[in-house]
Amino acid sequence: MTVTPPGFEVDPSLLRHLDGAQIGVELDNGDMVLSMGPQHPATHGTLRLVVRLDGERVVAADPVIGYMHRGYEKLTEFRTYPQVTTLVNRIDWLSSFANEVPFVHAAEKLMEVEAPPRAEYIRTALTELARVATFLLFLGEMGLQVGAITPTFYGFRDREYVLNLIEGATGGRFHPNFNRIGGLKDDLPWGWVAECRSAMRKVLDACDDFEDLVLGNPIFEKRTRSIGIIPAVIGASYGVSGSNLRASGVDWDLRRDGEPYLAYRDLDWKVWTHPDGDSFSRYWVRLQETRESARMVLQLVDGLPSGPIMAKVPRVIKVPPGEVWVSTENPLGEMGYYVVSKGSTGPFRVKIRSASFSNVSILPWLLKGCYVPDVISILASLYFILGDIDR
Amino acid sequence: MSILALDIGWGTTLAVKTLVVMLLIPLGALIFGYVFLFKMMAHMQSRLGPMESGGFHGWFQLVGDGIKFVQKEDIFPEKADRHVMALAPFIVMLSTFLVFLVVPAGPRIVVAPLDVGVFYALAVSSLSVIGVVMAGWASANKYALISALRATGQLIAYEVPLVLAVVGVVIQSGTMSLQGIVLAQRDGAIFGWDGIGHPFVLTQIVGFTLFIVAAQAELTQPPFDMPVAESEIVGGYMVEYSGFRFLLFFLAEFGTAFAFAALAATLFLGGWALPGVHGGAADAFGPVVVLVKVMFVAFLMFWARFTYPRMREDQLQALAWKWLIPIALVNILVTGALKVVF
Amino acid sequence: MVMREVKGMLSGLGVTLRTMFEPAVTVQYPHESEDPPIRARGVIALKEESCTVCMLCCRSCPDWCIYIEGHKEKRPPRREGGRERTAGILDRFDIDYALCMYCGICVEVCPFDALFWSPEFEYCATDIRSLLHDKNKLGDWMTKVPEPGPLESGAQVKGKK
Repeated sequence: MTVTPPGFEVDPSLLRHLDGAQIGVELDNGDMVLSMGPQHPATHGTLRLVVRLDGERVVAADPVIGYMHRGYEKLTEFRTYPQVTTLVNRIDWLSSFANEVPFVHAAEKLMEVEAPPRAEYIRTALTELARVATFLLFLGEMGLQVGAITPTFYGFRDREYVLNLIEGATGGRFHPNFNRIGGLKDDLPWGWVAECRSAMRKVLDACDDFEDLVLGNPIFEKRTRSIGIIPAVIGASYGVSGSNLRASGVDWDLRRDGEPYLAYRDLDWKVWTHPDGDSFSRYWVRLQETRESARMVLQLVDGLPSGPIMAKVPRVIKVPPGEVWVSTENPLGEMGYYVVSKGSTGPFRVKIRSASFSNVSILPWLLKGCYVPDVISILASLYFILGDIDR
Repeated sequence: MSILALDIGWGTTLAVKTLVVMLLIPLGALIFGYVFLFKMMAHMQSRLGPMESGGFHGWFQLVGDGIKFVQKEDIFPEKADRHVMALAPFIVMLSTFLVFLVVPAGPRIVVAPLDVGVFYALAVSSLSVIGVVMAGWASANKYALISALRATGQLIAYEVPLVLAVVGVVIQSGTMSLQGIVLAQRDGAIFGWDGIGHPFVLTQIVGFTLFIVAAQAELTQPPFDMPVAESEIVGGYMVEYSGFRFLLFFLAEFGTAFAFAALAATLFLGGWALPGVHGGAADAFGPVVVLVKVMFVAFLMFWARFTYPRMREDQLQALAWKWLIPIALVNILVTGALKVVF
Repeated sequence: MVMREVKGMLSGLGVTLRTMFEPAVTVQYPHESEDPPIRARGVIALKEESCTVCMLCCRSCPDWCIYIEGHKEKRPPRREGGRERTAGILDRFDIDYALCMYCGICVEVCPFDALFWSPEFEYCATDIRSLLHDKNKLGDWMTKVPEPGPLESGAQVKGKK
C-alpha cells in the first residue's frame, strides 16, 4: 500500500481508465474482464488490451501501451545526427527506411541543403520499397488473424524479393541506415535496376494472388465487411492517418497534399480511397497501394537521373540553430519529427509523432459493441507496430 | 468368435481386436499428421516442412514430438478442477476409438459388424463434446471457457447436418450396417448401369458435400475453428494442458479426422470395395483401398483447412441452421421420392 | 451472388493447389546456402596497418561498443635532421558484437580506411562473452572483405571508395 506524499495526490478521474483493469478469474458484476496481452498472438507485439466482455460482446476496451518504450526522445538528446539516423530506423522496424526520411529532411531544412535529384529519386524508390515490404506483410498476416494460415507465408516469401533489393543497395535488410544529411551513403550497385524491375513484377503477381486467396474469399468478406467502421470525422478527430483514413473515404495523402518532399511530384500515381471505412476497405486500400507503390518504383528506376548522390556538406556536420517540423506519409500513417537544434553536432530535442500511437487511440471508441473475433480483425486491419506506438 | 476364418476363443478375439484398434488410431493419426499437417501444408505454403529428423524428409518428426510430449511434466493450474481436467482428454480419445469399431476394411475385416453401424458411429462421435466442455470448464482459464462455450454451440449445431446427410445414403442402400452399405455400393447400379457399381458420391453428391462440411465443423478445423482459434484464444480448451494429455488432444484431433474420413469413404466412396473384386482378393486389397479413399477425403478436408479464414461463431451457426439443414432436408426428400419412383 | 461466392471459394483453393505443385522456396541451410550481396553488413574487419588510433570510430559508435587502447611511439624522422615523428600503436581494438548495431558509422567515419564491411555472418557463439572479438580476429576477417562492386549506370564515379 503506497502512501501518497502531500501535494502529489492524483485526480481520481485520471485513474478512471484503471477501473476494470483487474486480472483474475472472478467474474465481477456479470461482465468478464479479459486481458489480451501483452503476450498474445493477436496483438502484434506487446500491446495489452483490457476488454470487458458481456458474453462475447465487448462492453469496454482499453489499450495499455508502454511495454516497449525505449526512450527514443531521450536517446536522441545525446547523439549526433548520423547516430540518430541509425536509431530512428528501429521505430517502425518493418518500413525502416521510411523512418529516416523525415528526420533527414528536417536536418536538411535547417541546414538549407538540398539533396541532388538522383539521391531524391533513390530515396523515393527505397521508401516505396519499404512501403511494399510492409504492406506485403500486412496482406499476409491479416489473413492469419482472421484464421487463414497460408497467406502469411506468401507474404513473407514475396517480401524476400524486396528485402534482397534493399540489402543489395544498402547492406541491411531491415535497418538500412542509408540516408545522410545531404543525400545518401552510396550509389546503387550495378544490376540493381534490372533486379528491381523483376522483383516488382513478382510483387504485382503476388498482389493478384492475395486478391484471389484473401480478398475474394466470401468468408473473409463476412469477417471484415461492416466490421470496425471508422467514420471519417471521428477518425480525423482521433488523429488516425494513412491508409486507415483513406479507407474511410478521406482523400488525403501527404505525398501529394502535404509539403513537397522526395520525388513524388515527378511521378504519375493516384491515391486510393474507399468509402466504407470498415476492415475490408482497409485491406483493399492497402492492396491497391502496394500495387501503386510497385508501379511507382518501376517509374522511378526508368527515369533515374544521373549525377552525384551527395550534396556538398562539411565532413563534420553541425546543424545551425532552429526548429523545424517535417511530416511524411509513412506506410503506417503520418510520421513527423519536430527537431530543435542549438547548433551542435546532435539535435537538442527531437519530438517524434508516430502514426500508430494515434491509430491505436481510437480503439476504446471503436471496439465498443464488437464481438471478440471482431476485435482481432479490427486490430489486424488498423495495422500498428508496437515500436511505433511506444517508441 | 472368429476373426476372418480362424476360430479362436472369445478372450483372444477381444484382445486382438482391442490391440488392432488401439494401434490403428495412433498410427493413423501419426501418418495423417505427418502427411497432411506437415508436408501438404508446407508445400501449399511454398516451404518444405520437416526435413531433418529421421533423415528422409523428416518422417520422425511426429514420433519425436510424441516422445517429447510424453516426458513432459503434467501441470494443473492451481484453481483447476483436477479430476475433471485429468479425465477430459481420455473422453475425447474414447469417442475416436469407438468410431473405428464399425468401419470395415474388408468383407470380413471389421471389429464389430453392427446392424446399426451408421447410427452407432454418429452417436458415438458426439461424445467428444462432453470432453471438450469438461476441458474448457475445468481449466480455470477464461480463454478455455470461451472456447468451450463456442465448441458446445458449434458441435451440437453441426451434428444435425452430419446425420441428415447420411440419411440419404441409408435410404439408397436400405440398410444402416456399414458393411451392407459398402456391398450396396459395389453391387448396385446407377439408374440401371452397373459398370462401376454405385458409389454414393455420384448420386448423393449433395450429401457428400454436406458430410464433409459438417465433419470439418465437428473437427473444429478452419473454416470452423472458432473453439481453437489460435490467433485469438491461443488453443482454446487445450490451452492449460501440457505433456501427455495435450498429446492425447492432438492425437484425438487427427484420429477423429481419420475417423470421419473413413466414415465418408465408407458411406460415399465405397469403402473397401472395388467394382468386380470379390472374396479373398477383397480381403487382401480392402485395407489398401480404404486407405487410398480415406487419404483422398482427408486431402479435401485439409485443403479447405489451409486455405480458408475462420468464420465467426454466429456466421457459423447461421450456415448450419439456415443453409446446411434445409439443403439436407431437401436432399432427403428428393432421394426418397426418386427411390420410390425407381 | 451465390455464384460469385462459390467462385471466390474456388479461386482460393486454386491458389493453394497451384502453390503445392510449385517448388518450395526454402533454402535448406546449412546444406545449401545463399550468398548475401557484397554490401551486406555481416561483420566489421580491421586493417591494423592503417589504424592510427585516432579514436574517431570509438567516439562515433552509437552504442559505444568499440574499445580501443593505444600508445604513442617515436619514429625516426623522414629526412635527415628532421623532427622525430610519433606513431600511434594499437594495443587493443575490441568490438563487442553483442552490442554492435551494425549501423556502419565507424566504417564510414574512419579517415584512414582501416575498417571494412564483410558479408561474413557465420560467427555466432554460444556464450555472449565470446562475442567480444579482438583485433586478431578482426584482422582475420580482412580476407573475407569483398571488392566493392561496380556502380549502377548514371552514378557519378568519384576518386575514392
